[in-house]
Amino acid sequence: MTAPLLEASGLTKSFPGVRALKGVRLTLSRGEVLAVIGENGAGKSTLMKILAGVQHPDSGEIRLDQQRVEILSVLQALHHGIALIHQELNLADNLDVAANIFLGREHLRHGLIDTRRLRQEARTHLAAVGLDVDPATRVSTLSLGQQQLVEIAKALSVNARVLIMDEPTSSLSSSEAANLFRVIRDLRSRGVSIIYISHRLGEVKELADRVTVLRDGENAGDLAKSEIHHAAMVRLMVGRDLSQFYAHTPHPPGPVVLEVDQLRTAAHPRHPLSFQVRAGEIVGVAGLIGAGRTELLAALFGVTPAVGGTLRVAGQEISPQSPQDAIAAGLALVPEDRKRQGVILAMAVRDNLSLASLRRDQKRGFLNRSRERHLAQEMIRDLRIKTPSEQQPVQFLSGGNQQKVVLGKWLALRPRVLLLDEPTRGIDVGAKHEIYRLMEDLSRAGVAILFVSSELEEILGLSDRALVLHEGRITGELPRSALSEESVLHLATDTLAESVAS
Amino acid sequence: MRKILGITALLFVVCVLTALASDSFLSGYNLENLVRRTALFGIISIGVAFVIVTGGIDLSIGSVVCLVGCGLPWLLTTQNWSVPAAVAAVGAVSLGIGLFHGLLITKLRLPPFVVTLCGLLLYRGIARGFTRDQTVGFGSGYKELRALATGEIPLPFISGFSLPAPWIFLLVVAISAAILLNRTIYGRYLLALGRNEEAARYSGINTDRMVILAYVISSGLAGLGGLLFVLDVNSAQPVDFGNFYELYAIAAAVLGGCSLRGGEGTIVGVIVGAALMQVLRNMITLVTTHNNIEFAIIGAVILLGVIADELVKRYAVRRRAARAFAAETHS
Repeated sequence: MTAPLLEASGLTKSFPGVRALKGVRLTLSRGEVLAVIGENGAGKSTLMKILAGVQHPDSGEIRLDQQRVEILSVLQALHHGIALIHQELNLADNLDVAANIFLGREHLRHGLIDTRRLRQEARTHLAAVGLDVDPATRVSTLSLGQQQLVEIAKALSVNARVLIMDEPTSSLSSSEAANLFRVIRDLRSRGVSIIYISHRLGEVKELADRVTVLRDGENAGDLAKSEIHHAAMVRLMVGRDLSQFYAHTPHPPGPVVLEVDQLRTAAHPRHPLSFQVRAGEIVGVAGLIGAGRTELLAALFGVTPAVGGTLRVAGQEISPQSPQDAIAAGLALVPEDRKRQGVILAMAVRDNLSLASLRRDQKRGFLNRSRERHLAQEMIRDLRIKTPSEQQPVQFLSGGNQQKVVLGKWLALRPRVLLLDEPTRGIDVGAKHEIYRLMEDLSRAGVAILFVSSELEEILGLSDRALVLHEGRITGELPRSALSEESVLHLATDTLAESVAS
Repeated sequence: MRKILGITALLFVVCVLTALASDSFLSGYNLENLVRRTALFGIISIGVAFVIVTGGIDLSIGSVVCLVGCGLPWLLTTQNWSVPAAVAAVGAVSLGIGLFHGLLITKLRLPPFVVTLCGLLLYRGIARGFTRDQTVGFGSGYKELRALATGEIPLPFISGFSLPAPWIFLLVVAISAAILLNRTIYGRYLLALGRNEEAARYSGINTDRMVILAYVISSGLAGLGGLLFVLDVNSAQPVDFGNFYELYAIAAAVLGGCSLRGGEGTIVGVIVGAALMQVLRNMITLVTTHNNIEFAIIGAVILLGVIADELVKRYAVRRRAARAFAAETHS
């Protein structure tokens, strides 16, 4: 066997409050597609950022062609032939395709940009990824799939030998994804090595020559081509059997609590949404990035008020124009971006926990300090929030404990309907399990739960029922018995759904 | 807490140095004057502190001081309004200005810097307009009214020094402000939205209303300050009355521990900060022969203070993170 092209070992990286990587090892051969998988927060992103020079490891070494290298910047990584393609693409969409491909490396002629030469060369790189667009096209007019290919062309233009792709299909339609896979296979046959990060285990199975699994910042195991099966991957990712991990056991639901009828969100006003959630029911919302899932929750919670339709909570019609209105009706939202929308990082655990219930517990406008203290102690105990004290600023807590603070803030109000948007993003496996258990306990207590997740495993494991969204419309509603990775992805990507919706 | 101690220590050091360098610093007249100015600037600094806590800024304070400072004598002497009517009018105008700023900033989402910068130009211009740029004053009249600012309250057991009347206003304002900020849910809302407006809104706080309240408080206290300033000095020139006062107020708030990033600040700190600003100005007048370097010295002191504060904060954050990390891995 030939020596690997890229070899990383003992990579360790800490951030305030988190140990993101603990001695991680990774090898990559020439012309190999290596899939790196793991739950959110397993350390995949950190590992890729280190390889691409965005971040520096605290310790560990990286070898390229058996030579030890230091990758201190993105520029150095590119120099070594390592290019990272971010999940959120990094293109200047006001510029044209050629300008993006050569951004920062423009050919000059008499001190001015030689546009003609740029476009000529861009054409060859675009041909290599099978993208048939004029290099003078503005990037903003391209589809997401085309933009992705521009990113790859850009990486090829610096002679990348290692291409790192972070969740490349998370916003692509199925035909765009199929095209991307063809490009990846083509690159592989030309000797380019690819590190492919994905949550979609089906894709991994289809593409990868080998799989490296990370869990809580450590290597959980590797799978050779013949060992790549769904169950094997999941077992390594979560560290136990799926049935134990997702604690959900369906129980008979109560009356309808949340009734959404012909709701039109500001983002997709042309597509009315209708569905119901019963007391004690857990309903998952699946779909690609940009399918309108977050917008749906934002409309229900009054963050971005709906532009039409009716909404009933326990039979009462409401029309939330702000979160206050929604909260008054018994709704609560654990938002997608924890650090920006969920917690106030610099404030103490106690002050975060009481923030939503201050109004209820006030004494003629004055703070009720003893009530606040009681509440904080109760939540820290019940939710097992790991914190040295209730006075600790939330920023020093781990992601999982921060998320428990957000949950605690809402549980103090005893909501009837709990909305969660990517509730386990960026938290470790242990904390995830606890959040699932909390969701389960709440549903048993009769709370109606509607949650959005990009992790299919989560949708499959937790939902009594799942709604699948595609480009703003509900393309399907699947009972637990019909839930599978294939059935969800089919509804989330396929254009077939368009005829159904209209 | 540590911040207030630091700034108080700095105030003490500057006082001692000035007293050593100049005999007249400790004279009854100078001290009384200093204390009076501190009270006046303290009031407007507390006002801007509320805006700074929300993460905003109010650059219009000096011009509101000018508008009220010129408007009050103008209404009384040239328009012959009654005292209650004139005071009510300038009060209403100040609060109205705050409301106007707050609405523009929250409902139209205009940046506070731009809104209040335009206010800075606008209100002084208006004052210069209706006074036709002439000095306005009370002449020898309105003694009772002026006593609100010029009066003195003898202190028991201390002779040769009495408390200037504006301190009554400062104490009332400061105590109310401290209670509002620290003991009510509204103060908590202000601090929360100053740190993270989005998260505050997602928690069901009517952030717009709280931001508007902060601008109303800021302009209202600027108006009160303007009233007391003009009563104190008897006359006002529209061209430069209250000039740069917004900067003194912002500087006092920042020195006193308010972060311009929002979400942080104590009322006591702001008052000490206002005192420090006044002592610095006093020192420059007494000790140096060049009044013109005043801004340079004040600028340098504030910059050093902010740098020191930032360094201390970083150190504290790092230590705390290390401790939190240790706690989590050991449990």
